[in-house]
Amino acid sequence: MIPGAFDYDAPTTLDEAVALLAELGEEARPLAGGHSLIPMMKLRLAPLEHLVDLRRIDSLKGIRAEGGALVIGAMTTQAELLASDLITGHCPIIQETAALIADPQVRSLGTLGGNVANGDPANDMPALMQCLDAGYVLAGPGGSREVKARDFYESAFFTKRADGEILTAVRVPIPPAGHGYAYEKLKRKIGDYATAAAAVVVTLAGGSCKTAAIALTNLGETPLYAAEASAALVGTPLDKAAVERAVALAEGITAPASDGRGPADYRTKMAGVMLRRALQRALARAAG
Amino acid sequence: MAKTQITLALNGRQVEALVEPRTLLIHFLREQMLLTGAHIGCETSHCGACTVDMDGKSVKSCTVFAVQAEGAQIATVEGLAAPDGTLHALQEGFAEMHGLQCGFCTPGMLMRAQRLLQENPDPSEAEIRMGISGNLCRCTGYQNIVKAIRYAADKMNAAQKEAAE
Repeated sequence: MIPGAFDYDAPTTLDEAVALLAELGEEARPLAGGHSLIPMMKLRLAPLEHLVDLRRIDSLKGIRAEGGALVIGAMTTQAELLASDLITGHCPIIQETAALIADPQVRSLGTLGGNVANGDPANDMPALMQCLDAGYVLAGPGGSREVKARDFYESAFFTKRADGEILTAVRVPIPPAGHGYAYEKLKRKIGDYATAAAAVVVTLAGGSCKTAAIALTNLGETPLYAAEASAALVGTPLDKAAVERAVALAEGITAPASDGRGPADYRTKMAGVMLRRALQRALARAAG
Repeated sequence: MAKTQITLALNGRQVEALVEPRTLLIHFLREQMLLTGAHIGCETSHCGACTVDMDGKSVKSCTVFAVQAEGAQIATVEGLAAPDGTLHALQEGFAEMHGLQCGFCTPGMLMRAQRLLQENPDPSEAEIRMGISGNLCRCTGYQNIVKAIRYAADKMNAAQKEAAE
């Protein structure tokens, strides 16, 4: 399988890359790790005439803590997320999720930016970023703007990123120390996308739930932030009744496809199972 | 489309070549460099038969364009044995422990295992299994591949201990 012919540039600065994309228009695509785009190009499902490779742009790399947030360069690979002490210390659910993506070779090159910007509802990081209330920093010809992960996804492969814009960084608010977290993913085998997956972050105070955030992967056209299910947990001791209420609300917003991963009804029920397990593990990890 | 000049280090040797941007690294290695060790299996980033080492990371060379390897250090299975032909501990392990049957997945397994043992010189069985989870073998059921990698880890660790004493 050989992709169609295209022209290739690998600029060294963000300004050059933005200018190139603006000049070339919709025939051009930015290339990050390539592990979503190259397979689509090989299948000739992603017709394009020009690739703008972002790999030489240093400002898109690296992870730093800044103003209560982790700022993760868009070209940071899944392997680099897994190896980062900053992430281990501040937001380990990112590593729990990254470890469930594909396999070691894919994690060597696949990037956080590509995973979230592609708009594939099967990707794991978009729901996690909605759970964490992350923001996506987008650079375009008119300057830079930030869009919340919870507002970014419009439908499968359609996002608020405009042609000519480049996702430069993901800004993840650092969850409070002692937060409970879990990412639960049901998949048929290593390397598979989720049949259903749930991301959960909770904080406790005096044995009751102070904040909760739930988001779901591959259960609709977009990642799903479960706002009502999250709100239903706040103020409860995360007991069985509260969990079952949240599960019912979360299952209610799913609209999965019936496909090789199972019929829609099954996948909705598996969303509930993943959420129960994630809440159980998050509660066990939470302090207070 | 215009060809692009690339320069990279291949098994420690500097090479220069002209490639089309759409040339995948696996095709560049096999058809232009005539290094046919890395295999084309699934072509969809699943099977790992095309695994090579790029700048100290295991990658699937069917999902990398050769132009992306500009300036990189690439290692393939052809560079694994010593120049005098002495087998690498992993190659010896695969032979001793019967870690292959048809052999199609073996170059990818060897290159992935080589990087795995750099990342984790003393892996548990579970860590080996997760470490090679991006490499499919349809013959062995993996049992002997895991044993072969463990054999190599033991041999390499013993050699290192001996060197330190």
